Amino acid sequence: MEALITSIVAPLVDYPEDVHVEVKEEQNKLVFHLIVNEQDVGKVIGKNGRIAKSIRTIVYAAGTDTKKRIYLDIM
Amino acid sequence: MKQVTASGQTVKDAVQSALVQLNTSEDQVDIEVIEEGKKGMLGLFGSKRAIVKVTVKENPIEQAALYLKEIAQAFSADVVVTTTLENQSVTFELSGEKIAMIIGKRGQTLNALQHIVQVMLNRQSAIRYRVVVDAEEYRSRRKATLEQLATRLADKAIKTKKSVTLEPMPSYERKVIHSALQQLPGVETFSDGQEPNRHVVIKPVKK
Repeated sequence: MEALITSIVAPLVDYPEDVHVEVKEEQNKLVFHLIVNEQDVGKVIGKNGRIAKSIRTIVYAAGTDTKKRIYLDIM
Repeated sequence: MKQVTASGQTVKDAVQSALVQLNTSEDQVDIEVIEEGKKGMLGLFGSKRAIVKVTVKENPIEQAALYLKEIAQAFSADVVVTTTLENQSVTFELSGEKIAMIIGKRGQTLNALQHIVQVMLNRQSAIRYRVVVDAEEYRSRRKATLEQLATRLADKAIKTKKSVTLEPMPSYERKVIHSALQQLPGVETFSDGQEPNRHVVIKPVKK
């Protein structure tokens, strides 16, 4: 899953080497924290959050076979 | 990224030798001259070889196809991506086993993929492309469904003499509804609301 997020995000940003994903496991959910270079935050979020929304849609759809709910945080 | 540094008597020679090494042609590469090269006295003294750095240009559409494939593989491992380019519009056809997963509810995953690939492709390329991501004819099936829905709801609007509001849809799906009902007498259509909640309204018109 982390690999998927990284491979979605890396080609969208100027500093692909600064893309990191951290996983936090909580009781009923898996939280992925996506960290990108400060300058790239806007590129990952997009106009009105459109890109962020698309990324989440894809990640959540890919995560349906896991038992836990998945969250994606962008910071 | 494929690139080589080559040298030769002249810049032209150096580029030639680089092209041979990369097995490509001049219009497929970026050339950066590092050393101009000088002919010395009688071609013996003080001569400098020309050095060039030649980089193979990446084809942005191919890159996008690979990118799409990589993401789609998270859903089903055997996915195949077929690319068709027509004017400014690139269509990526996905096919494979678990394709329903990639389409998602009302095509929402497919639409998200399409959006992301479009953003990625237009970042890489100088020309702007319109991207369509399709899977197992989903787009044309969806179009037929939408046209059916449109005519059914237009009937309802005429009968009840009340406007019918549809659920929010992306712009190209709204367009299908608008064009399906354009020729139909008795109703008019318009879109209302702000993205991403913009939706079509079918309004009966008085004769």
